[in-house]
Amino acid sequence: MSTALMSLATSGDIPSDTVEPILTQITASDAGGIFEFMWLLLALPAFGAAVLFVAGRRSNAWGHLLGVLMAVIPAGLAIWLLVALMGRPEESRTITQHFWDWTFVGTFNAEFAIRLDPLSIVFVLLITIVGGLIHIYSVGYMAEDPGRRLFFAMLNLFLAAMLLLVLADNYLLLYLGWEGVGLASYLLVGFWQYKDVAAVAAKKAFVMNRIGDVGLSIAIMLMFVTFGSVTFGDVFAAAPEADSTTMTLIGLALLLAATGKSAQYPLQAWLLDAMEGPTPVSALIHAATMVTAGVYLIVRSNAIFDQAPVALNVVLAVGLVTMIAGAWIGCAQDELKKALAGSTMSQIGYMFVAAGLGPAGYVFAIFHLVMHGMFKADLFLGSGSVMHAMNEERNMRFYGALRGVMIVTWITFICGFLGISGLPPFDSAFSKDDIIAAATSQNWFAGAVTIFAAGLTATYMTRMMAMTFFGKARWHDDAHPHESPQTMLWPMIILSFGAIFGGLFAVGVIGDLNILEWLKPVTGYEEAALEVPHWSLEVITFVVVIIGIVLTWMQFGMRDVPQAAPQHVTVLTKAGREELYTNTWHEELLMRPGQHLTRWLVWFDNKGIDGAVRGIASGIMGIGTGLTRTQTGYSRRYALVMVGGFLLLVAVFFLAWWF
Amino acid sequence: MNVYIPILTMAGLGGLFALFSISIAPITGPKRYNRAKVDAYECGIDPTPQPIGGGRFPVKYYLTAMMFIIFDIEIVFLYPWAVYFDTLALFGFLAVLLFIVNLTIPYVYEWRRGGLDWD
Amino acid sequence: MTFPEIAWVQLTPVIIMLGAAAIGVLVEAFAPRTSRRPIQMFLTFAALIAAFVMVVINAGTFEVIMDGAMAVDGPALFLQGSILLIGMVAALLISERTIDPSGDAFAARASAMPGSLDERQFTARGYFQTEVWPLFMFSVGGMLVFVAANDLLVMFVALEIMSLPLYLLAGMARRRRLLSQEAALKYFVLGAFSSAFFLFGTALLYGYSGTVSFTGIQAHITAQPQMLGLLLAGIAFLVVGLLFKVSAVPFHAWAPDVYQGSPTPITAFMAAAVKVAAFGAMLRVMYVALGGAVWDWRPVFWVIAALTFFVGSIIALAQTDIKRMLAYSSIAHAGFLLLGVASVSREALAATMFYLVTYGLATVGAFGLISLVRNESGEATSLDAWRGIGKKSPAVAGAFSLFLLSFAGIPLTAGFVGKFSIFASAAAAGSVWLVFLAVLASAIAAFFYVRVIVVMYFSEPTEKTADVVMPSWATTGAIVVGVAVTIALGVFPQPVLDLAMSANIFVH
Repeated sequence: MSTALMSLATSGDIPSDTVEPILTQITASDAGGIFEFMWLLLALPAFGAAVLFVAGRRSNAWGHLLGVLMAVIPAGLAIWLLVALMGRPEESRTITQHFWDWTFVGTFNAEFAIRLDPLSIVFVLLITIVGGLIHIYSVGYMAEDPGRRLFFAMLNLFLAAMLLLVLADNYLLLYLGWEGVGLASYLLVGFWQYKDVAAVAAKKAFVMNRIGDVGLSIAIMLMFVTFGSVTFGDVFAAAPEADSTTMTLIGLALLLAATGKSAQYPLQAWLLDAMEGPTPVSALIHAATMVTAGVYLIVRSNAIFDQAPVALNVVLAVGLVTMIAGAWIGCAQDELKKALAGSTMSQIGYMFVAAGLGPAGYVFAIFHLVMHGMFKADLFLGSGSVMHAMNEERNMRFYGALRGVMIVTWITFICGFLGISGLPPFDSAFSKDDIIAAATSQNWFAGAVTIFAAGLTATYMTRMMAMTFFGKARWHDDAHPHESPQTMLWPMIILSFGAIFGGLFAVGVIGDLNILEWLKPVTGYEEAALEVPHWSLEVITFVVVIIGIVLTWMQFGMRDVPQAAPQHVTVLTKAGREELYTNTWHEELLMRPGQHLTRWLVWFDNKGIDGAVRGIASGIMGIGTGLTRTQTGYSRRYALVMVGGFLLLVAVFFLAWWF
Repeated sequence: MNVYIPILTMAGLGGLFALFSISIAPITGPKRYNRAKVDAYECGIDPTPQPIGGGRFPVKYYLTAMMFIIFDIEIVFLYPWAVYFDTLALFGFLAVLLFIVNLTIPYVYEWRRGGLDWD
Repeated sequence: MTFPEIAWVQLTPVIIMLGAAAIGVLVEAFAPRTSRRPIQMFLTFAALIAAFVMVVINAGTFEVIMDGAMAVDGPALFLQGSILLIGMVAALLISERTIDPSGDAFAARASAMPGSLDERQFTARGYFQTEVWPLFMFSVGGMLVFVAANDLLVMFVALEIMSLPLYLLAGMARRRRLLSQEAALKYFVLGAFSSAFFLFGTALLYGYSGTVSFTGIQAHITAQPQMLGLLLAGIAFLVVGLLFKVSAVPFHAWAPDVYQGSPTPITAFMAAAVKVAAFGAMLRVMYVALGGAVWDWRPVFWVIAALTFFVGSIIALAQTDIKRMLAYSSIAHAGFLLLGVASVSREALAATMFYLVTYGLATVGAFGLISLVRNESGEATSLDAWRGIGKKSPAVAGAFSLFLLSFAGIPLTAGFVGKFSIFASAAAAGSVWLVFLAVLASAIAAFFYVRVIVVMYFSEPTEKTADVVMPSWATTGAIVVGVAVTIALGVFPQPVLDLAMSANIFVH
């Protein structure tokens, strides 16, 4: 359907062969006008964060207003930039703004420069608009929190880092933003540090993200070694000629980074725990923007992945696994936010699937990403509103019948539901159908899995709707649900417009922007050759989605939901509740050995060496045992360690010499 | 390799001799203890003052020993210089002069700060 | 007979420093007690500044002086300048007198027995141990020679001139004196032990090549590659002495104890300046004298580097004392720096030198901050005492966080630029797999740095939380320098990187 709509909306036909656009980079000063103020996108939120951190308590009274302002102005600027960019010819829409150079050792050079092109503007719009709305929402949501000013400081910090990530002109700067969002996410997840769970969750997110970051560092090192540069322009120009093994390695390293940041299998476990953070954080960072950075990284590096089919296939596999795993978890979790987090994993899995299809899918990955940013932010803000009303109760088993008391929240949630479930003509119907079609064209199995996941999506969303807004009230005695304040409602309303009309807008039914045409020069596009008519897939998907909704409604909408989670459930449900046991095996496989290694090393440093050395010493110097016993004290032990080290050194020397 | 054989033999002999002396002395030596024997050895004169509780020496000895070492080392350098005085000429003379001046500085410090006062 | 020509101009930094130290000894001998401190401080700062000016004037010199005993070239001058800068900042910390109510960081009389009546009287009378200053100057003077030494004997003498005063200074803490004396004794005994290794290595290398001059050894390696056994054994002994000074694993065991026990200004000086000097000397030995045998010693350095950054990072995870944690962190940094040594390229040399100067100045600042967090018994270095410091003193917690982030290598700090440069040059030199390991280790290391930040900001202060004392301008100055350098070289590292790149050739 969507492709049909697209060709309807654009004047010409989409060429079916690969588009090899000849892109020119224009400097901001040459482009002139608004482009000279691109740097404000980064500078304003950074300024806001700096002021709020430095001014401290003095800014408690007006801090949140400054924070909102520093998010809303960039949103306006981003729209202006989009309009300006649309006014330029297609081949000259890459604008760079250069600030200064870093020349590291030798010939290695990294510029502090930002790059605005059709891909990054899409992200900038998503980040600033959704971010701005969530800033406004937070004014109400955090109204009673004593740390509200600090919260806004961190949100601004996050915005600055995220914008740097998507605007960076080279991988090094991207890495800076990457680390920045990681830090901000860590701080925000742990914002309520007095809750132990929150502190632990923050730590977990940090550790898993660090594992991913190692991948990015390695990729950057490899790029430097291979290309002698990490600037996008240089890398992408040199990639087609590069050796495919190296490209595969770089691709896999990038994928590791992407799985960490985007909570993909096997580094997904932190996302559910991260829901301990305040809900605006979940909406902004763990749904709409930061977790999608992995998708951005892959799509941005399309020139590398095009040379690394193996890496692309791994991306596809990771996407498929996470898509199903996330949906599965989403179906079984009783906490509203955790179910939504499972859904986020699953939807990002869709994006990975699309990206893993190569040039046939890059565009759709971004398309789905933008759609997801809107409907998922909407859903999260809705969940925040519900929790706000229910005294921070998170378990859906204590909700029910809320449609009566929270009409606006209910309606916006329905909009989000329509957006995510893939019913035409709402957001997902366009983006998800494109992914399904592209996947089917390459691989029947992948296509079938994506269709199945669409059914699961409908299932968990219906379950959520039914348990929260329908059925009987299963509230706690002291719960007095009420509608949220205006500052919270308006962002939800605006986002639900996005969830309803976003798809129509993106394919050009409303307005004259077509996301496929728009992104094609940057990401490339190859139309997939489909063996079956496009509409047949849409019909199958539609049927699967409807079946999912109906079956779930019969289970949760028409029967009573018990307050206590039923214990006699299938293995599938149990596994879903336990997040597919990933925590367990992470613990057994990674955390325990790590702890043991640390403990053992400390022990070894304190005692072990003494014992070992004493053993050796008494063995070798049988006569000298008496002497050794009389000499106690640390220095002797250290000296013996040194002797041991020296022997090791000599051993390595001579081994290296002989071999 | 064979150039090292004499050296190794020498080292072996040295080690053996050390082991031999340490192990044979307790076996063969007479064990007659008296006050003079267990006292600290101080060139044959009565130890001054007596170590308290046995084993501790006043720090004064340490300072004196340091003075001794300073001038001992001076002599070690001065002997070869004296032997080659003619060859080393003015350069050598100035160098040794500088060396002695440098040695005098800590000496002056010790003297001024009371390191030479016995009581 | 020809006599070596004295290169007066090139030697001025060394002559100024050691001469000032000798004068300092005479000041101790003759000046009245009350006027010693001002005179000593004047002497120290004047000598540091004068020596620095002379280093700057000598910039561009590229020659071997003193009959081959010393080399004055780009790396020597760059590192001498770094040592003098770090020395100035550390001297600021040493001169601090307001943060401890009973005086400075040093014992009133280091010779008094801890806890004795004498000690109490000396403290009550307000005595100060002004010998600290000449000792400090001697140590700096030794470092200046150390990085310029071009033969093994001069290098050994410089090593001892640098180390002996430090052994003494380590034992002079005003608080927790037993711990301090224990640290000093340990440092001394083990230091002497490692010096013996160094000396034995010198002897073996002399036996191999018939000379102690770097140029001579290098010529011998290229001309006659036989008798490799003697050469390898010589290198093995020699590097033990040097690896000890940079606290590489497994010669690291002294570092945590000594860092913890020493007076904090001395710890700062030791952690920063000794590292610069020892790495400078190591670079020169390995590049100039043993550069021809690089394929023989490089695998050893790989192993030692990997061991060092892993053991340092992993053990640091388990530390609950901030000073010990920084000690293990400095061990980990030594591992990263060894990567630069093992790379043997001009880029790696420049990267290592850049890393050293940024790490050094940040370290002095970090220890300066540690000296401000105190309770009634002196510095509070346990992690519990830092709980919620961010609420009590945002400035101290903020600056400390910045240093930690820089140590962790977070972008936009000088630590990132340094680490990146070293990793990049190591990767370019072909040890890509080692760089992987290093990246992994720095990921582990980042965890404990960030943990401290979390403790400072996200915990509520408890009754155990220490107080933050307002320092005088001296410590403030040292910290501000550290913060400024960390930020400035993180954002605009270019001038210093260029300087290091222009100074990256050793004279042969």
